[in-house]
Amino acid sequence: MTENALDTAGRKAAAATAAGESAVPAGNSSTGGPGPSTVAGPPPGVGGRPPRPTLGRRALGLADSLWRPALVLAAFFAAWWFVAAQEYVPNYLVPTPVQVWTTMTDQWSELARHTLVTLYETVVGFVLAAALGLAAAVAIAYSRTLDKALYPIVLFAQVIPKIAIAPLLVVWFGLGFTPKIILAVLIAFFPVVISGVAGLRSTDPELLDLAATMGAGPWRTFRKIRFPNALPHLMAGLKVAVTLAVVGAVVGEFVGASEGLGYVLLLANGNLDSALLFADLILMSGIGIVLFVLVEIAEALLIPWHASRRAGVPLTTS
Amino acid sequence: MTAAPARAGTAIGMSGLTVRFSSRRSQTTALDDVSLDIEPGEFVTIVGPSGCGKSTLLKIVAGLVRPTSGEVSLLDRPVKGPQKEIGFVFQKAALLEWRGARANILLQAEMRGMDRAQAARRADELIEMTGLTGFEKALPHELSGGMQQRVALCRALLHSPPVLLMDEPFGALDALTREQMNAELHRIWRETGTTVVLVTHSIAEAVFLGTRVVVMSARPGRIIRTFPVELPAHRDYAQVMSDPRFDRLATDLRGLLGSAAANH
Repeated sequence: MTENALDTAGRKAAAATAAGESAVPAGNSSTGGPGPSTVAGPPPGVGGRPPRPTLGRRALGLADSLWRPALVLAAFFAAWWFVAAQEYVPNYLVPTPVQVWTTMTDQWSELARHTLVTLYETVVGFVLAAALGLAAAVAIAYSRTLDKALYPIVLFAQVIPKIAIAPLLVVWFGLGFTPKIILAVLIAFFPVVISGVAGLRSTDPELLDLAATMGAGPWRTFRKIRFPNALPHLMAGLKVAVTLAVVGAVVGEFVGASEGLGYVLLLANGNLDSALLFADLILMSGIGIVLFVLVEIAEALLIPWHASRRAGVPLTTS
Repeated sequence: MTAAPARAGTAIGMSGLTVRFSSRRSQTTALDDVSLDIEPGEFVTIVGPSGCGKSTLLKIVAGLVRPTSGEVSLLDRPVKGPQKEIGFVFQKAALLEWRGARANILLQAEMRGMDRAQAARRADELIEMTGLTGFEKALPHELSGGMQQRVALCRALLHSPPVLLMDEPFGALDALTREQMNAELHRIWRETGTTVVLVTHSIAEAVFLGTRVVVMSARPGRIIRTFPVELPAHRDYAQVMSDPRFDRLATDLRGLLGSAAANH
């Protein structure tokens, strides 16, 4: 797929130029019916394709899509600052942005360490969930037996409040990384499986018939047709999964840990240190946002051809 | 028409093909005792009312559907499982939406593990032959329906199959594009000598393209009659349309299809 994704960028540019000069296809020896000039006028989509946007244009497009939410955030921030500074609510409940900022810079080395711990648990959990989820999805999509045996259990397991398993995991695996990672995997697994199964099942049956007449084995059919076809679904599932993995890691830390942002949150809570609490929350959200954006970028690189990528989605080339 | 055993040198031999689909409540017979031999190089068109099992017939020849009873052979070998010596074109182009036109055509080569250089040359030939030049890199969503179907046709022809099976390939196209595609397909058939079986709803298409027209009845699908088409091998669309033999055959077919639908 990467090979495919990489040359698509070049292909776009090349096709755009090609479309311009191809109104009359060459060498069409007609049977005397309709002349070659009428055979292939450029189809609507090709002729009207906008050229690949330059870097400046893309930056402008990004700015255009970002200024509205930025304005809303700024308004919210201003309101927070005003309320806190005027002490309509006491500062031990709602600190001012300056207090939060001071706390964050003062305790940066400590906070950075805890952030890395949570980031590590989240990323490992997410990667494992993606790998296991995809494997389960493939098994379910390919085997009727596994479909009937596994899928109902996967669906049913979703009703178990997985956060409630956290104490058990701590009892079993102690206070280290393991219970947090397992919890992150458990929470992030579900959307990957569901989206993977939906994606793999969405293959056009005629394409599968075609693959059969091409004499291709199941592995080739998977690699060339079913997997790339499932990618749009799968990427949507991965985006949900990555934010859920953060939740899993933090909740795991709540239950029993000596490090990590979840642990710091409990500590700050116990000390009524709301400035630290806010700083901690911001860092947690930061992890979620950064990982989400990374998955978005991966999606833009992997499936630039997909309809969801053609519309003006923020953070992409539009 | 009679259930003749497949002779040596038969492209496709069908004898006594019957297909029943059984659901929980009922049993439907899609095809009833269909026998048909097709010689190499023939262009056989199959017309019939909707749901007469025409598509099922093609899928049986391709080895994608097993008949309930009866025998089918392709190039004198019994059909057991999906066949590789064919090209298949569906009503939908069924292209991979992440691949450009040329890459979609080359899918055939990749899936078969064909020689890359040779396949690339053949793809370029076909692209030129079907007027896709200049659109090699265009993604399917950037192509019109006619262009997409050209890509599907090139993909089906890439490995130079001895037999080409087409299931209403131009059914979704507008009338003008359809005529162009008919003329092009006729030319490709003349140039390649491939045996073609084409299922269609259009009487004009069936007569213009076919060397033989097979008429099927509504469900259960049976072969009512087979007409040889007495038109020159080299056909020109405008000439054929004004040929009295075309008119006569088209009228016969229309009458037969009308009664076939009415008797249902």
